[in-house]
Amino acid sequence: MSSPTTLFDKVWRAHEVHRSDSGQSLLWIDRHFVHEGSFHAFNKLGERQLPVARPDLTFGIADHYVPTQARDVELVADPKVRSMIEQLSHNTQQHGVTLFGLSDPRQGIVHVLGPEQGLTQPGMVMVCGDSHTATHGAFGSIAFGIGASEVAHVLATQTLWQSKPKVMRITVEGQLAEGITAKDIALTWIARLGADGARGYAIEYAGEAIRALSMEARLTLCNLSIEGGGRCGMIAPDQTTFDYLRSRPWSPKGEAFEQACAYWSTLYSDPDASFDLEVTLQASEIAPTVTWGVSPEEALPIDHAVPDPEQLSDPAKARQARDSLAYMGLTAGQKLTDITINRVFIGSCTNARIEDLRAAAAVLAGHKSRVPGMVSPGSTLVKTQAEAEGLDRIFIDAGLEWRHSGCSMCVGMNGDLVASGERCASTTNRNFKGRQGPGARTHLMSPAMVAAAAVTGHLADVRQLPVTSLTQLGVRS
Amino acid sequence: MKPMTVVTSLGVALPAANVDTDQLIPARFMKEPRSVGYGQFLLYDLRHDAQGEPKADFILHHPEAGKAEVMVSRRNFGAGSSREAAVYALVDDGFRCVVAPSFGDIFASNAVNNGLLPAVVTEEDAEQLLAALGSTPGAITVDLEALTVSVGAVSVPFTLSPVWRTKLLNGWDDIDMTRQHTDAIATFAHQYAEQFPWSAPFPPDAALIGKG
Ligand code: SF4
Repeated sequence: MSSPTTLFDKVWRAHEVHRSDSGQSLLWIDRHFVHEGSFHAFNKLGERQLPVARPDLTFGIADHYVPTQARDVELVADPKVRSMIEQLSHNTQQHGVTLFGLSDPRQGIVHVLGPEQGLTQPGMVMVCGDSHTATHGAFGSIAFGIGASEVAHVLATQTLWQSKPKVMRITVEGQLAEGITAKDIALTWIARLGADGARGYAIEYAGEAIRALSMEARLTLCNLSIEGGGRCGMIAPDQTTFDYLRSRPWSPKGEAFEQACAYWSTLYSDPDASFDLEVTLQASEIAPTVTWGVSPEEALPIDHAVPDPEQLSDPAKARQARDSLAYMGLTAGQKLTDITINRVFIGSCTNARIEDLRAAAAVLAGHKSRVPGMVSPGSTLVKTQAEAEGLDRIFIDAGLEWRHSGCSMCVGMNGDLVASGERCASTTNRNFKGRQGPGARTHLMSPAMVAAAAVTGHLADVRQLPVTSLTQLGVRS
Repeated sequence: MKPMTVVTSLGVALPAANVDTDQLIPARFMKEPRSVGYGQFLLYDLRHDAQGEPKADFILHHPEAGKAEVMVSRRNFGAGSSREAAVYALVDDGFRCVVAPSFGDIFASNAVNNGLLPAVVTEEDAEQLLAALGSTPGAITVDLEALTVSVGAVSVPFTLSPVWRTKLLNGWDDIDMTRQHTDAIATFAHQYAEQFPWSAPFPPDAALIGKG
């Protein structure tokens, strides 16, 4: 019998084309997603006059620069933004790559679209020139972000050189309390281990609380692996995974699906498999969590106060906290629930799937938002679904803008920006300085918590607000 | 790529932790073609005030800073977005090496792919180097053979994966390296397709397009 093996090792081994004397592996790539930002890589390919080795395994998605007010590239005012979208169309067309373009009814953010279309499957190795590619690991695949040189390499060879990372397991024991989400699990472990706490590791999430998560919540959790420095995050596939994948547009069909399920069922860490690092969290200790600083590690339960640098014993931490407070315009010791906001954003590959929109709508229903804000669904299909359920009316009636799908205010590349000095409660993944625009101040939290902030005008504990049952609202979900 | 052995140049201190790639190059500059030179965008929002005026006291605006090829910073340098443009900004501004206690994984491999050395030192050694450089550019030597960084009397070891060291020493390019394995890849692809037939994309029926 072979020795006990981790999920990660099983998938890695199945993809090793070659191992060099120095220990680097040349890995086979099952799926490669490219977006507008991949133009550098296509240019590199052009310089060498190389074709795309496997256009059938390469998929183009327009998301980072797409306008969210209209779906017409002609209406994009900034010629440079327009040219980003057009270059992607041109490059994919030239190389025979399937494109989910601006006006495609399936368009969406790459990490929402891949799973939704059934392109993301267990046991695969998947890459994209985007750090949140870790998202796809929710299906039990090894999925990670790469840079432009590596994108060019994958385009040219359908393989990638990688050194095998160490493997850590984050186990969440017990059951999450009502109102606690995958976003809270992620912010909790990142706050505990640090934004580089998982650097050099592939993460496997396990335990009762993880098994109980829906597919969409698993995607949120794996998405944030990179914010703790992880190379990738993965969850062993199970019935939840198989049920999600059955009858997705690009899933295997008929007999092939049954064969696939039989194989996917073997993808788990053997009981005695050893990990380089084990971390355990108790689900009962996880509270609704928000960030107060400029790194995802600067996160605290909502009933806490902003740290006082003078009280921190570690001088490096104190220095960082002082810098973060200055940028965020906060006072040491201030209660988190006293932080007033100027704007909200519900969107991004982290938290803009249908369950996220339902959770936010349940809090907003029947209320007005005290601040302006925007909702950008994770994909055009999510948007269509939300409209069929009447969620768009709830957001619009609350005074929020109902936009088209794209990366939008997560990164502001399309011009959807938070103004300098403004404070935004956001369902996104990065509270970095300037991430949502120069001088913008970002607080990360779950969709329901963003909705709670909208209703109250300040950071707020969603558990203390009335939440409307969506069935009461006549929403069919 | 140019092979690298020893960099003897000026170094600048950037005494901050978590200098993420969004700070190294803000997203709004990333639609520019590389030919414009990305050096002008490096740390743009840190080195300019809210009105867009250069901050005179920022280290990169020091009259000598243009000659600097080494940057020393704190932990978690280059975390976040996979944008290789962050490396382009450093390289186009003349940098050949960044020294820090830790790097974002994707940033580090992007760096090596562009001939930029990500040298990992301990937190204490980073503080020593930062103190030795102070607030002006200062002489620094990075020796890739000996794996040391020196500023004046301070000389500290750094670590780097042996694979990356070989690549930088030789100026190797991955695509060239991989093309030696073309046959092995073709054989693998064939066997893989037989073993995992369902892994090939099943294009949807036209009727399914538009359904989630
Ligand atoms: S939504 Fe944000 S994090 Fe996600 S792919 Fe787009 S820019 Fe990246």
